[in-house]
Amino acid sequence: MSTSHLDHQDFGRIINNTLADPHLQKAVYTATGRLMSHRRSAIEPHLLPDYQELREQARLVKLHTIENLDWYLEQFERNVVAHGGHVHWCRDAEEVAETVLSIARPRGVKLVVKSKSMTSEEVHLNDRLAEHGIESVETDLGEYILQLLKQRPYHIIAPALHLTRYDVADLFEEKLGTPHDTVIENQTRTARVVLREAFLRADMGISGANFLVADSGAIVVVENEGNARLSTSAPRVHVAIAGIEKVIPRAQDLATFLKLLARSATGQMLSAYTSFLSGPRRAGEVDGPEEFHVILLDGGRTKLLEDEEKRTSLTCIRCGACLNHCPVYRKIGGHSFPWVYSGPIGAILTPQFHGLDAEPALPFASSLCGACAEVCPVKIDIPKILLRLRSDIKESEKGTAEHQFERMAFRAYAYAAARPKLWRRLTKIGARFSGPGIRNGASLPVVRDWLSQRDLPAPAAKSFRELWKERRP
Amino acid sequence: MKVSIFVTCVVDQLFPATGMAMATVLERAGCEIHFPEDQTCCGQPAFNTGYRDEAATVARHTMKVLQGSDYVVVPAGSCASMMCHHYTDLFATGTDHDAARQLAPRVVEFSKFLTDVLKVEDLGARFDGVVTYHDACHSLRELGIKDGPRRLLSKVRGLELREMDIPEECCGFGGTFSVKFPGVSGGMARTKIDSIVRTGADILVSADSSCLMQMAGAISRAGLPIRTMHLAEVLASR
Repeated sequence: MSTSHLDHQDFGRIINNTLADPHLQKAVYTATGRLMSHRRSAIEPHLLPDYQELREQARLVKLHTIENLDWYLEQFERNVVAHGGHVHWCRDAEEVAETVLSIARPRGVKLVVKSKSMTSEEVHLNDRLAEHGIESVETDLGEYILQLLKQRPYHIIAPALHLTRYDVADLFEEKLGTPHDTVIENQTRTARVVLREAFLRADMGISGANFLVADSGAIVVVENEGNARLSTSAPRVHVAIAGIEKVIPRAQDLATFLKLLARSATGQMLSAYTSFLSGPRRAGEVDGPEEFHVILLDGGRTKLLEDEEKRTSLTCIRCGACLNHCPVYRKIGGHSFPWVYSGPIGAILTPQFHGLDAEPALPFASSLCGACAEVCPVKIDIPKILLRLRSDIKESEKGTAEHQFERMAFRAYAYAAARPKLWRRLTKIGARFSGPGIRNGASLPVVRDWLSQRDLPAPAAKSFRELWKERRP
Repeated sequence: MKVSIFVTCVVDQLFPATGMAMATVLERAGCEIHFPEDQTCCGQPAFNTGYRDEAATVARHTMKVLQGSDYVVVPAGSCASMMCHHYTDLFATGTDHDAARQLAPRVVEFSKFLTDVLKVEDLGARFDGVVTYHDACHSLRELGIKDGPRRLLSKVRGLELREMDIPEECCGFGGTFSVKFPGVSGGMARTKIDSIVRTGADILVSADSSCLMQMAGAISRAGLPIRTMHLAEVLASR
């Protein structure tokens, strides 16, 4: 896949803009901090004594499913069809857009209501629908706000995390012409008036899916606003778009995943709404859509299956905990990331789905602190995968001009570090010359970058090995 | 007990007093110290930047130098973790893998060596001051070190420990990350330092010299009257 599938190539520039915006810095730090503390309270031992066992169980079930993906997906398809639904297999984002259009156009769909779906963000579905004169309305409050702003989600579960109620008050006043109001409940009411109208008029509802349950052919949608429940039941056609990795073997596995998902995401015991949707309205039922379609997207996922380490990336349940706990995400925010998935999980998914050259700086934007792996409900070892991707990138740079100076420096370092006499001589010379001269002159780019933020300690007058020698005659 | 010390390249060049303090503490705890002269660096800078061949060259050298030591004590969680966790990743098979597996259980981070191997907590230290303790990420998350350093500090006479609201948050060093993304790294350091300031402590203590280098640099740039000390230096004080 080419780099054109990324949303932007401005990683470094957006990072700097974000760092320079104190309003944004505060909004992101506060909102993620709140989610961190909610999660911490929700997994306290007296509330969830088997938290670590649940994580291990979740990891094993997901891994088993990923390792038998073909089998479970086909089982899922058979069961969806048995309930009267349809399953569409799509290789890439383009095929998803084509499939949605092929369902919408013959049925005369004019208005689509969408509930939050990260997978549909991979597709840029709203733009594609608009090209064909089909209007789509995002019905998750955060997503609705972002649609008005023409922005993409800032965060996997809290799309408008970077905006404060004051930002929203300004936006609604400007776009909807409503009086300036900073009370969140009133803002919700304002959005609700617009969205109710859309729900009633819509011909098609598009949702994501948190889980595809193979043994029952149901999809599970987890949400807090009830908009997903309306989007999937009010319009006459329901289309769910999900990545193929969302499948789980059995309905009973939800006992594990639902305990972990909301707690990890928002610190709730369970989200306000958990919908189990299996097929269209049946004879004698009073509500539900006339048609039920599930679109399964590969979109680069199957490429990861052959590698034992990398395939663990596909076990992610998109809770967003790694974003909230990542000190880098909390500084650079979600829009710096070049693709829809941001934070630590975005840093490992983007290069694996789109190729290492898509944004080669991305896996390096981590201090490898490990906070992400510590909170991951399915125990993905994100730092380890980042290290793998870093070395894959350096391998791919061999024989090119990329980072030539850095490569030479590390070669020289390794050469010297394996030769103790040379190492001793060089460090001694280094210590002599890295006195005030280098620190004031700051001629080396590495030193300049260090000094742009903080001071550098002066090398000691005598190294440890010299002091040690003096102590032991 | 005979122990080898691996002081790390950062301590050797920039913070030799930390290495000397570590030796003093270990001797007081009854150890006989050996400093393998040919030690250089653990190879982590290359490994974390993606240069596995170069990291392997350095790791092979280090494994050779440390061959035959019963214990290797290291004043830095991240270098210790490199040697006891990542060497085995670096060498998937063969004699190098065997050597890495041989070395791994013998490499012990300094505070863990005191609390878990020697099983001592009171080193007879006296230090008058209010300190706060920074959990180095790799000590905390890769080596599982959390209470040990605090128990050691609690036995130091005259010392008051005040916890930060975010003791476990990364200081932003991250090796080459600190210069590849200087603004992000610096911002992380400043967030951490704000938390240190809120404790009212005069001294920041940690058990990893790289974190201390990062935070000392940022503290100095901000002109704050806060000192940084390695845990070993506090424990060596009398």
